[in-house]
Amino acid sequence: MAERVTQEPDRQEREAQAATSAVPSAGSDGQPVALQTEAHGQKPAAGTREAIYDLDDVGVTYGSVPAVREVTFPIYQHEITALIGPSGCGKSTLIRCLNRMNDLIPAASVTGKVSYHGQNLYDDEIDPVQVRKHIGMVFQKPNPFPKTIYDNIAFGPRVLGMDGNMDEIVESALRRGALWDEVKDRLKTNAFGMSGGQQQRLCIARALATSPDVILMDEPCSALDPISTGRIEDLMLELKENYSIVIVTHNMQQAARVSDRTAFFIVDLKGEESHRIGHLVELSPTEKIFTNPDDQRTEDYVTGKFG
Amino acid sequence: MEATSAGATGAPRPDLYRTRTRRSTGEAAIRYALLAAALVSVLTTTGIVFSLLEETVVFFGDVGVGEFLSGTKWTPLAGGESQSFGVVPLVFDTLYLTGIGLLVAIPFGIGSAIYLSEYASPRVRRILKPVLEVLSGVPTIVFGYFALTFVTPEILKGLGLEVGSFNALSAGLVLGVLVLPTIATVADDALTAVPGSLREGAFGLGASRMQVSVRVVLPAALSGVVAALVLGASRAVGETVIILVAGGQKADLTLDPTVAMQNMAAFIAAASRADIPTSGPEYGAIFAVGTTLFVMTLVLNAISIRFVRKYRQVYE
Repeated sequence: MAERVTQEPDRQEREAQAATSAVPSAGSDGQPVALQTEAHGQKPAAGTREAIYDLDDVGVTYGSVPAVREVTFPIYQHEITALIGPSGCGKSTLIRCLNRMNDLIPAASVTGKVSYHGQNLYDDEIDPVQVRKHIGMVFQKPNPFPKTIYDNIAFGPRVLGMDGNMDEIVESALRRGALWDEVKDRLKTNAFGMSGGQQQRLCIARALATSPDVILMDEPCSALDPISTGRIEDLMLELKENYSIVIVTHNMQQAARVSDRTAFFIVDLKGEESHRIGHLVELSPTEKIFTNPDDQRTEDYVTGKFG
Repeated sequence: MEATSAGATGAPRPDLYRTRTRRSTGEAAIRYALLAAALVSVLTTTGIVFSLLEETVVFFGDVGVGEFLSGTKWTPLAGGESQSFGVVPLVFDTLYLTGIGLLVAIPFGIGSAIYLSEYASPRVRRILKPVLEVLSGVPTIVFGYFALTFVTPEILKGLGLEVGSFNALSAGLVLGVLVLPTIATVADDALTAVPGSLREGAFGLGASRMQVSVRVVLPAALSGVVAALVLGASRAVGETVIILVAGGQKADLTLDPTVAMQNMAAFIAAASRADIPTSGPEYGAIFAVGTTLFVMTLVLNAISIRFVRKYRQVYE
């Protein structure tokens, strides 16, 4: 909740940057050079990094049933932001607002502003297909297409009409997805023959192939064993050098291990069970959330008093 | 002996022996009744094959197999010198009429299926799908007269085409309309069965709805869509009444769709009502054509089953 104040000072800077990259081009990264020189491993104080997203009073309802309300927080570039909270608190619903995936559910409606580089994603003139070109997504269950490994990776670049040598694009994406060595000899085999963990890394590599700016991950490890989970967490830490990542997770240890910042959501019981509305309790650097949170409810949750 | 000592210590031993009761007799009876139900269709098929083959063998005693399968003149009901039993024109016309039908039914059928499963809102879908299903239940005689009394005179002649009163074009087009809902509803079922997670994955990569439909959902449902096409094709191959009413009574080896054409099923129907002796080759020809049609659809179905097995994708 305090975040809303702390990110005010850099708003001008952000808007200036948004103006210069009003029409972001696919594939090229329109990031300011200054960010690339920043020292790795050193956690910057809130506000020095650039916010790529600014959520302002975001709420989602399905039909007449509200799912999540009054969410306001920024998401910073080249960080891993984790969304945690008990079941039904609206964290998956919220992450699907970040690339307009909620559009696929006819009854869903979104209120408030989801600003991405200064543009409200829910403005009438915004094309959700364009949005998703810049913001990749990895889902709860691995969902490779029933095609070869090669065609899975090449799908995104092909539908976006990307130029360049497809073999190189595929190899580069598989290398970034830490999968190349395992699959380089069977690129033309069906992706369904891979293990669950490999399939999920394939889905990550598939998202990377279109060179997005942001990768959204909705409980990416919930269907995987601990070893596969560990590999994907390592991969996320590598990827945040070049991408911004938002992850929904049920696993608090995972949030503690990988994320820079954690948003804790809770679900209100208003009257009956059918009117459960999720909302944000606090967003803080992950260390703070797990050691010294501002809100008593956060402390109760991360210490296992409820959940 | 241990059993007796165990029995002696506690409560009376429960009776677990098999005894004949009303319930067990009923179970057995139901089992045989269900078996009989399953056997009915098997026995019927065997009976059909047997009756077809019996007369076909007699026919091939009169007319040579080679003459039948390679002859290019089909005039079985003509008398004397002009009578000829070359089945090639009849098979050709059957495939030609089916081809015209599929030319209509495949694009519109697959198009409707993609629209229903990928584009239509739940409300539109709730209305449109039952309408399509009702359309596939319209008696084919209605379609036949629609072709004869509306499509031929009003549409085809209205467009300035020089078509005969009985012509292949009209019959073929309406044949397509007949099988369109079959293809659309079966293909729609196949497309709808593709898990939503695949669509989400493709949308998440920035694909448009058309790209998601054509590049992900359609290939993922390929085996079901092909099954829909084969079902439509076998219906078109075996369709009788539309061709009988609107297609005409003769089978020539021609590519001209404005003249009359007859397919195998319509020949069987026409010949069986004609005044022919039951002893001659005219009568046997009905069964020979029936056998040929039977073999054709059998091959079509066998190919499709192999194809569907090979490309079937099992989703969790």
